[in-house]
Amino acid sequence: MSEALPDIVARHGFTADEYAKILDHMGREPNLTELGIFSAMWSEHCSYKSSRHWLKTLASNAPWVICGPGENAGVVDIGGGLAAVFKMESHNHPSFIEPFQGAATGVGGIMRDVFTMGARPVALLDVLRFGSPSHPRTRHLVSGVVSGIGSYGNCTGVPTVGGQTTFHASCNGNNLVNAMCVGIAPADRIFYAAASKPGAPVIYVGSKTGRDGIHGASMASTGFDEEAEAKRPTVQVGDPFTEKLLLEACLELMASESIIAIQDMGAAGLTSSAVEMAARGGAGIDLDLDAVPQRETGMTAYELMLSESQERMLMVIHEHAMEHARAVFGKWDLDCAHIGRITTTGRLVVSMNGRIEADLAIGPLAHEAPVYERPWALPDPRPPVGVPVSPVSLEAALLTLAGCPDLASRRWIWEQYDHLVMGRTVAPPGGDAAVIELPGDRGLAMTADATPRYCEADPVAGGRQAVAEAWRNLVAVGARPLAVTDCLNFGNPQSPAVMGTFVGSVNGIAEASRALDMPVVSGNVSFYNETRGQAVQPAPTIGAIGLIDDLDRMASLAFGGAEETIMVLGATHGHLGASLWLREVTGAEDGPPPPVDLDAERRTGEFVLGLIRDLGLASCHDVSDGGLLVALAEMALASDIGFQVRRPDRGVGAHAFWFGEDQGRFVVSSSAERDAIAAAANDAGIWCTVLGRTGGDMLTVDDGRPISIESVRTVHERWLPDTMGGAEEAS
Amino acid sequence: MKAVLVLFPGTNRETDMADALRRAGADVVTAWHRDRELPAADLVVLPGGFSHGDYLRCGAMAARAPVMAAIVESAGRGVPVLGVCNGFQILIEAGLLPGALLRNAGLRFVCRTVRLRLERRCRLSGHLEAGDIIRVPVAHGDGNYFADRNLAARLEDEDRVVFRYVPNGRGTGNPNGSTGDIAGILNRAGNVLGMMPHPEDATGPRQQSRDALPFFQGIVDSLS
Repeated sequence: MSEALPDIVARHGFTADEYAKILDHMGREPNLTELGIFSAMWSEHCSYKSSRHWLKTLASNAPWVICGPGENAGVVDIGGGLAAVFKMESHNHPSFIEPFQGAATGVGGIMRDVFTMGARPVALLDVLRFGSPSHPRTRHLVSGVVSGIGSYGNCTGVPTVGGQTTFHASCNGNNLVNAMCVGIAPADRIFYAAASKPGAPVIYVGSKTGRDGIHGASMASTGFDEEAEAKRPTVQVGDPFTEKLLLEACLELMASESIIAIQDMGAAGLTSSAVEMAARGGAGIDLDLDAVPQRETGMTAYELMLSESQERMLMVIHEHAMEHARAVFGKWDLDCAHIGRITTTGRLVVSMNGRIEADLAIGPLAHEAPVYERPWALPDPRPPVGVPVSPVSLEAALLTLAGCPDLASRRWIWEQYDHLVMGRTVAPPGGDAAVIELPGDRGLAMTADATPRYCEADPVAGGRQAVAEAWRNLVAVGARPLAVTDCLNFGNPQSPAVMGTFVGSVNGIAEASRALDMPVVSGNVSFYNETRGQAVQPAPTIGAIGLIDDLDRMASLAFGGAEETIMVLGATHGHLGASLWLREVTGAEDGPPPPVDLDAERRTGEFVLGLIRDLGLASCHDVSDGGLLVALAEMALASDIGFQVRRPDRGVGAHAFWFGEDQGRFVVSSSAERDAIAAAANDAGIWCTVLGRTGGDMLTVDDGRPISIESVRTVHERWLPDTMGGAEEAS
Repeated sequence: MKAVLVLFPGTNRETDMADALRRAGADVVTAWHRDRELPAADLVVLPGGFSHGDYLRCGAMAARAPVMAAIVESAGRGVPVLGVCNGFQILIEAGLLPGALLRNAGLRFVCRTVRLRLERRCRLSGHLEAGDIIRVPVAHGDGNYFADRNLAARLEDEDRVVFRYVPNGRGTGNPNGSTGDIAGILNRAGNVLGMMPHPEDATGPRQQSRDALPFFQGIVDSLS
């Protein structure tokens, strides 16, 4: 065996140093099963070895945080005796190889992370980043990913209410699929994954184990090459029906005093769930693999420990609860097998056919994976773009932007998702944030977003901006922002340039989440999103939740009616660097992103919240991609009400004023409160610029030619269905 | 008035339906697919979802559940039965309603608000009047109601089309390619109604439409 070792070791993704460390920990050579267990636990995916050093810098505490990072999901107190449990996770590599199953199992995995903690999932969001629309693979990926997400959320009966979809050539070889789930639980009945009671039975529930997904965690820890297709067998297959049964069965069992600890078998399957539960409880664990329900015959210990078959849970329960657990899982036609016990040895001992197949100390597996402070370098700051000359009129630029890949309507996507099931969707997809109804006429708002082109140009500013935009999205519907989950998607961390974008983004996120009082309570890192050296644009996706105390005081982006005054709150300087206008109208991807003034963000956001809560302001939209005129057009489309607006004479050029992406701005419209709002803004030291009035069915900008709402709607609605081609629906 | 919700593994719109029935004043109890008897009730409701994952034809496995014999028996006695979405699919698979529900013509799942016209009053049309148009969401992948020429003619002759999709200003308003824009039909005896759209999700003060509240209120009132 020792002669073959170097090859086997390398194929398990270890460096020579890492292997030496294993030998040192064990005092002997590992057998194949043990090597596989180490490989999974020490993979980038499970161990966060390149990112851990930096993730520690994120703020995760606040008085309303019940549980921060380190558990299956973050938990935040939302009042009324309830807690919101939420997390976002990537399923990038599998979704590129097999888009339907990859995306579906991404949704399944994040849902389990949430109901593992005792919460009923109430909403899903998905952030999708695809390659260029013209790339031959893109349509196949969009179609597969969207239907995969739909199939899983729709069947399990959890509404998919929001997210983001972008297209960029840097994703031609690696699409990004980030799924976020939000659940609601009684605040005093959160379930954790710390197995602390020696002698307690370990039970396995859910689907049987097969050979699918072996080495999924390791796959997600390297880049792609020409052989990516050959990795298809490492993609798991989802079964949302079983997930639905598992969800109901787990919540039913959780209603009794049965469970000591529970963890879903996600990446690295039985290995990581057993090791992590024992590690959190400072215990050991004995597993008898003969008792594991198996879908295939002749599976080895190696395969059973590393399978990533879906829809499985590991639980530690009270001895007296065995019968009750069997009855509950039997009712739901699910396997429930007693496969081991918690011990005091501090070791993972795996036996099969009367033989010990692995005997490893838990500590090194869980806590002593190597941590790397990889070299990093921030990109050189980009020079400003100056004053670009527009080749087209304002109206033509608006039509171009309204129908461009990153701004066109996503209706084709979200109509494939059941966004209404559960009957609690107050604000459906298409607004700044989705809102789910809570008891007591309160609402839980949620959003997920990032702007990769900003992060590429300036990772620190991009990280700040991602959090600031999440803050604005929540504020724009009238929600008080509470907390953040992050899903950090980058290329190969062994490249200093890539690592620099990661470090910069994390620094930006850390700074913004402190300044805006939105602690990061859960998250996920996905490296190696690159193919043959081409990394994706850095994409630190930020998911966030906020609370609406009174649903009668909620805002949406639709204008409230004709003859309202339209104002923009926050300063407009006309920043066109790294803007969509620059990319879509002039074809340049250049310049620095707009600076983010966190102090101004906070002041402006709190001011807007006050307007919504105290003055009953009902029409509000944050200004982001595409700038002011795109925001105004979106408000017109949402309400079927036009507008006449005029740029103040303030020395900012027309295209810069209307399409610049300066941060920290909201468009509001209001019928009677114009003077009150302007005066209050003045008192609060916030820029307030009156732009014009609502009314009619035309959009008129400065002295330009009026264009109809319908003409904007046509380009806005047609792009995605036309791009996806063919089969027009019966409607 | 008491309504019984029949739950199958994979049912997922039972809370929506229970909320709507309670808003209309009903008491709600549940039955499980393995039950051989139904609790005494004035109305039997099969809510939406993905019974048995819809891994076979939608509703085909649920239609063979132990509880179905009791439902068929109740329907035969004249007890009103309402099947929505997957519930409609189950009623068809169980032979209580005619026709078939095929894959949507667009081949994709579709969740959107549609406009429905009540074509005729019946025991299960509540306070709606013939010709009323209500905004109600659909959410299904297999809602393309298919009736061959003979069946379609018979349904029209016997006045058994209860709900029809009508234009919404842009396009035909038919989200799935259903024969004759049919959204809901009645059995010959007039006590079993199956429909693809989800009236239960158009009843709450915070939902996008409340147009279907009179539908439920009328059903509850008539059975109280």
